[in-house]
Amino acid sequence: MTKPPDEASGPPADSQWPLWEVFLQPPKGEAHEHAGSVHAVSAEHALQNARDVYARRGEAVSIWVVPSAEITASTPEDMGPFFDPGNDKPYRHPQFYKVPRGVRVF
Amino acid sequence: MTPVPSSLFPYLLRLADDRLVLGHRLSEWCGHGPILEEDIALANVSLDLIGEATLLLKRAGEVEGRGRNEDALAYFRDSADYRNALMVELPKGDFGFTIVRQLFFSLFSLLQMDALTKSSDADLAGIAAKAVKESRYHVRHSAEWVVTLGDGTEESHARTQRAVDELWRYTGELFMADAIDREMSDAGLGVNPETLAERWNAEVGKTLERATLTIPKVGYMQRGGREGKHTEHLGHMLAEMQIVARSHPGASW
Repeated sequence: MTKPPDEASGPPADSQWPLWEVFLQPPKGEAHEHAGSVHAVSAEHALQNARDVYARRGEAVSIWVVPSAEITASTPEDMGPFFDPGNDKPYRHPQFYKVPRGVRVF
Repeated sequence: MTPVPSSLFPYLLRLADDRLVLGHRLSEWCGHGPILEEDIALANVSLDLIGEATLLLKRAGEVEGRGRNEDALAYFRDSADYRNALMVELPKGDFGFTIVRQLFFSLFSLLQMDALTKSSDADLAGIAAKAVKESRYHVRHSAEWVVTLGDGTEESHARTQRAVDELWRYTGELFMADAIDREMSDAGLGVNPETLAERWNAEVGKTLERATLTIPKVGYMQRGGREGKHTEHLGHMLAEMQIVARSHPGASW
């Protein structure tokens, strides 16, 4: 490990460690879901911290941790163009089909 | 039914006291961890150890047959009646000291409890099975930290090396066997700690090497805890641990 560049500049700030996003897979075998985030100095530490904070009572069968900095996210300004459902283009919506009898949830 | 050998009670006390005392030492980090996540991790390990100690003391009380339950054994024995190894009663020190001690003890505990899953005492075998799972995680947690700190900055390396130097002379006691250990081992109830030393040394050696830490040359190993001869630190710790139970005997909450 290399020395942090600012080692000589006094005590570290309390949130100096990188942030990791935590995803848990529930025991029922569903897809991983975002659970929260933890601070950690390495991926292995992040896994262990995630286990201690989010998965100690059997909540998960699998954990993913991802450096928060590696996530590319949409911004609030994207709201319009990104998520506008295009209501003026009704052919995009599957509303012209008849739902067969027997299908309850749609 | 074959009678229970009289050494089973002191043997169970040794197992329990190691975990109770170390669990309490770790609990002293609660609210003082270097970062929130690590605070939670240390508290979790502490609770695992105190949980193991509770079960072991309960069994010890049953074996003794004098009506002492786990609370009586934890809160109403003085330091001379405690049978933990000296290593676990030392003050918690800095984070490096705590985490090196966790590595040393967790690895010992993993080997010991793994062997005890085959104990002919069904209760002890059951407790050991639970403790093995927990110890495996404790080893993983502490080993990762020792490597991170040892192979870290100049300061973290120096502090971790100092911890190894200070703690090494307390490691020998974990593997010393006396008449009680041998009787328990012969009876199929316990394990002779001498048989665990080789694997422990190999595993610790590997982790310390990854951490760029060296094992100091120590001519003399500290001992005495198994016979109730403790450092002054244990008395102070017990005073704090026992004060509420002793001030309000029989209280429940």
